[in-house]
Amino acid sequence: MSGLEAFLLTVIAASTPLLLAALGELVVERAGVLNLGVEGMMATGAVIAFAVALATGSPLLGVLAGALAGAAVALPFVFLTQVLAANQVASGLALALFGLGLSGLIGEGFVGQPGVRLERLHIPGLSDIPFIGPVLFGHDVLVYLSFFMTAAVAWFLFRTRAGLILRAVGTNHTAAHALGHPVRLVRTLAILFGGVMAGLAGAYLSVSYTPQWVEDMTAGRGWIALALVVFATWRPLRVLAGAYLFGAVWILGLHAQAAGYGLPPQFLSALPYLATIAALVLISRNRTLTLTNTPAMIGQPFMPER
Amino acid sequence: MMMFTLERRPAPSRLWSLAAPLLALALAVVLSAVLFAALGHPPLRALYVYFVEPLSSMWSLEELAVKATPLLLIGAGLALAYRANVWNIGAEGQLIMGAIAGSAIPILWPGWNDPLAMVAMLLLGMAGGAAWAAIPAFLKNRFNTNEILTSLMLVYVAGLFLDWLVRGPWRDPMGFNFPKSVAFEGWHVLPVLSGRVHVGFVLAGVAVIVLWLMLSHMRFGFAVRVQGVSPRAARFSGFSAASITMHVMLFSGALAGLAGIGEVAGVIGHLQPSISPGYGFAAIIVAVLGRLSPWGVLFAAFLLALTYLGGEAAQLALGMPAKVAQALQGMLLFLILGADVLVHYRIVRRGAKREGTA
Repeated sequence: MSGLEAFLLTVIAASTPLLLAALGELVVERAGVLNLGVEGMMATGAVIAFAVALATGSPLLGVLAGALAGAAVALPFVFLTQVLAANQVASGLALALFGLGLSGLIGEGFVGQPGVRLERLHIPGLSDIPFIGPVLFGHDVLVYLSFFMTAAVAWFLFRTRAGLILRAVGTNHTAAHALGHPVRLVRTLAILFGGVMAGLAGAYLSVSYTPQWVEDMTAGRGWIALALVVFATWRPLRVLAGAYLFGAVWILGLHAQAAGYGLPPQFLSALPYLATIAALVLISRNRTLTLTNTPAMIGQPFMPER
Repeated sequence: MMMFTLERRPAPSRLWSLAAPLLALALAVVLSAVLFAALGHPPLRALYVYFVEPLSSMWSLEELAVKATPLLLIGAGLALAYRANVWNIGAEGQLIMGAIAGSAIPILWPGWNDPLAMVAMLLLGMAGGAAWAAIPAFLKNRFNTNEILTSLMLVYVAGLFLDWLVRGPWRDPMGFNFPKSVAFEGWHVLPVLSGRVHVGFVLAGVAVIVLWLMLSHMRFGFAVRVQGVSPRAARFSGFSAASITMHVMLFSGALAGLAGIGEVAGVIGHLQPSISPGYGFAAIIVAVLGRLSPWGVLFAAFLLALTYLGGEAAQLALGMPAKVAQALQGMLLFLILGADVLVHYRIVRRGAKREGTA
């Protein structure tokens, strides 16, 4: 295996959870909701996926359970923000804290246990081509799903009527409501979709990236996914590019640690977080760019007046 | 679909602004019992071990004060920031940087060991926390970045920086390779009031009073409150939005830093890779549960301290996982936010005739 091949494979692995979670949050924010709880949904998805994969021996069932768990843990957030019109920032923080605590609670007994790994697909012929085979055709199903979902989200948002309604709800909920669109239903579905995607991202971590359960194994990826959505100015294809950029930074840090340039490993581990701040600065300094792309209703509760 | 619907009250309900937190607490107790039962513990016994027993002895009341100290300090700072709609959620990182900055004296200049050194440690702790909080404030003011994300990213950076220090340059050379600094001695350890309660507890009380003075008696506090309600109107109070953002971040960062050096110099006695069980995050709940008011923060800090203390007791007595405290805290925040709706809305039956506004 060449060095470049190994590098590309690890970058793909590091980028996939960021891409999955950020795509989910992108749809949520396009509907006008800010859900800061991605980290909590991801952690819950990770621990449930690990547990179900271990119990059933089927990593695919684990992934499915992780996706559902991500949506399930978002239900209190749905109730608070859509039914009770509570503050979304505080509710999202509550979801992040609750999800991390709950996942630690559930995962207590799984620490140190070997997990079940999601097998990589092997396409006869294609997967065996040198270099191209492993890089393009040798991944597990979640990697392909992340690419498929990028295209699907882009198509849904900009090519379907339902996507148009979702964007309308995120741009002006009063007008959307006046036109008869079910604002809170659209937002509820968007939040649940975000939960499923964050759950999938967590499942990827615990059954594919490192098949084990470690407390706080999400390591801030949920927060980085939130930053990615801003960095991508709420566009699916830019989320894809951003996720791979961040994945590459993550892996460069790891490789530099292995090579040992005399830099302390902690400094290199801090790279993704510093890169996130740098990316936010880069994109936010252009006020017109962010202003024209930010969904106008983001973070604002909607309560139909009777 | 829904039987009931919410109707906005003409004015916030006085009754519910007091009753809502109590309702949230009652629900939290019920849901905790459900959670304990789900974990396989008899719920009533677990509730007793978790919430009652820690309050039944002098020793544990002191422990409650020990845990309330950082929560009070950080919660008071965050309450001011949140009043201005500045969402500093990186207090955990500011706590760590305060602990590091304050520890520079015992670790780098161990010879300077007098009361003045202790004061310098506390001041350095505040400076370290404030400096770390100034970064998201500066980035927000200068580049319009979201302070929620930047302040949180800096938590991870601070944690890694501390990890590097205690495994690298600041490791105790006589410490058998354990990742920790030299033990603090003499005036480098904060004076104790009673049991393990250190002088930081008094400072926490002062912080709450300062918050009260600011909010009710000072022009800056007034500007902060106006900024939170109407950013445009705040301009007329004579403070720019950027200046308010920077000052509330410095204030909350300094208090988080003080909490950090308090933990290290008052409770732990040396630097180590992990110095806080998430006080910086729990303090977010303290600020929100306390309705961003000084007296509310006071009450909420002791309540959150109880969730930590009860968590430790349940861990020892019942073998519950350590993370139970964090799960309960998240649940509590959910319930508070939900109950708060009753302050601004009333529940009416769908289809029922609207009564005259009472």
